[in-house]
Amino acid sequence: MMIQYIVRRFFAAIPVLFGILLVTFALARLIPGDPCRAILGEKATEEICARFIQEKGLDKPILIQFGIYIGEMARGDFGSSFRLGMPVTRLLVERLPTTVELSISALLVSMIIGIPLGIISAVKHNSWLDVGTMVWANIGVSMPVFWLGLMLAYVFSLLLKDTPFWLPPSGRLSPGVADTPFYQVWGWTVAETGLVSGILKFIGRMNIFNALITGNWELLKDAVTHLILPTLALGTIPMAIIARMSRSAMLEVMGQDYIRTARAKGLRWFTVIMKHAFRNSLLPIVTVIGLSLGTLLGGAVLTETIFGLSGVGRTLYEAITARDYGIVQAFTLVIAVFFVVINLVVDISYAYLDPRVRLD
Amino acid sequence: MSADTKNIAKLDAEAMSLESVSMWRTAWRRLFRRRSAIAGLVILGILTFIAVTAQWVAPYGYDQVLIGKEPVKARQAPCIHLLGCPKDQPQHLAGIDGNVRDQFSRLLYGARLSLVVGISTVSFAIVLGTALGAIAGYFGGWWDTIIMRVMDVLLAFPSLLLAIAIVTVLGPGLINALLAIGIVDIPIFARVMRASVLSVREMEFVSATRALGGNPFHILFRRILPNALTPLIVQGTLGIASAILSAAALSFLGLGAQPPTPEWGAMLGAERNQVFTAPHLVFYPGFMIMLTVLCFNLIGDGMRDALDPRLAHVS
Repeated sequence: MMIQYIVRRFFAAIPVLFGILLVTFALARLIPGDPCRAILGEKATEEICARFIQEKGLDKPILIQFGIYIGEMARGDFGSSFRLGMPVTRLLVERLPTTVELSISALLVSMIIGIPLGIISAVKHNSWLDVGTMVWANIGVSMPVFWLGLMLAYVFSLLLKDTPFWLPPSGRLSPGVADTPFYQVWGWTVAETGLVSGILKFIGRMNIFNALITGNWELLKDAVTHLILPTLALGTIPMAIIARMSRSAMLEVMGQDYIRTARAKGLRWFTVIMKHAFRNSLLPIVTVIGLSLGTLLGGAVLTETIFGLSGVGRTLYEAITARDYGIVQAFTLVIAVFFVVINLVVDISYAYLDPRVRLD
Repeated sequence: MSADTKNIAKLDAEAMSLESVSMWRTAWRRLFRRRSAIAGLVILGILTFIAVTAQWVAPYGYDQVLIGKEPVKARQAPCIHLLGCPKDQPQHLAGIDGNVRDQFSRLLYGARLSLVVGISTVSFAIVLGTALGAIAGYFGGWWDTIIMRVMDVLLAFPSLLLAIAIVTVLGPGLINALLAIGIVDIPIFARVMRASVLSVREMEFVSATRALGGNPFHILFRRILPNALTPLIVQGTLGIASAILSAAALSFLGLGAQPPTPEWGAMLGAERNQVFTAPHLVFYPGFMIMLTVLCFNLIGDGMRDALDPRLAHVS
């Protein structure tokens, strides 16, 4: 039953993936100006352009062009950036780890703080703690990410200067901190290009993970201190959303008869809350966590811009302002596909959490 | 005995008078009983007042450069007489911006833009979204499949990124940014409308209208739409909040309102590198954005509770 459900969900995602390809394809064709100079830059000569158009098949009918495009994407050939003069794939390997690290830490922090806060608010309904949490959560969801980020930088990097609470306002690492990737530490020989080396490089650039497995404590400390402010800026909105949703979901479940029954038969209050109430309010909480990831990915553009992190979001933003369409097309696609995969995971976890979902 | 019958009759009468109160009246009454919703309405009232009266209340014009007119420097900190700023200096409640303009006046004019931005984008999205959702839900079949798959694709992109991508195609500017945010919001309303249509489409009063020869548009607009109003209003109010945030974010990135427009996000974005030297230029615009978004969130949440029939017994 479960496998059948997963397969069905997986096939349901295919039209959406196709639509995403269509949108990114259309995006590159709808941009004003001729595609050759948009991709190769303003200085491209007529001959270069003519050759480019023939090579890329831009003189062929639009349907065939779309077919070529899908083929390229399926092979993982994202083209290259004229501005940075390197393949987009290499750029992704270099910059995606920053965003992944930031998003994961923001999501973890928002879950670790948001869920317990929501549960406690629901259990202590109408107490000062509940009211306080809800006031804070309402303000939290209303805050612009970029404002929060700048204000955090102002407080922690300027006002708290020369105190132990000082935190760096920008960058991923302080200059001079060694971030030798694990495969070099362990003396592996890694090829320059290829899928395996790409994956190894990708993992090696996840600073915290790399520091943990190689035991590089200086790197760990530096990476963590640099990550705190961006994480707080990016995590606050999802934290508030998750806290609100956990609270209302818990309140709804706790009014049910079976909770009273569980109490009446003498179970410990804590057991009732965790095993009976929380377990059953997980569905809306998981939904909202999945949706928050979309906010996180969008917010990453703003957070990375403010904190000077070269992640996917900032690269995409810079590419847009510089009209570097190779990057825009590939990065939007990667982010959208990532988002679809997350929604798929959320759907599957529904079925795991609530057996009724599998039957519909 | 007769006293009891009288009492029962009285109770009946009371029950009947209770029933005759319209749903909207009860909803309003319930909304006004929530402290958070009242706070939201008060903030909205103040913001609307500021927006309407900006040209009379603001001490300076939003694009009035003060060089040579007053002894002030670019990015000067706020000077408030009540808080001990020397009386011989001109008063600037929120300081001076990077182009030597009065920040306070610009903030006041910004309220106008923010409210217009929020309401216009959501209206655009509601009109298109409900139309598409109604068609998908009412006619079903291929219409439903095609429209809802397109909506799914739009929802597959993180909303801010999709808005950025659309603005790239259209070119930066406030109107294009609004259009982009409006397009991104369409699927939300389409889904709400479709769900409402599906829930009442097969009901007897709809079949009755159909049997009486009502055309589909009559059925959709006079029979089905009123039933979808509640979720649309709630979603719309919350949508205004997120539209204002997205518009501010686009302007912050330089893709929305262009200078010298006093848009809060753009004002903040222009001075973001000065956050350490002139924090007031970053703090106030962001605070105003937060306040505006907060008021629509509070009102939206309040309305959701007030319009929820399951909570009717609470009031």
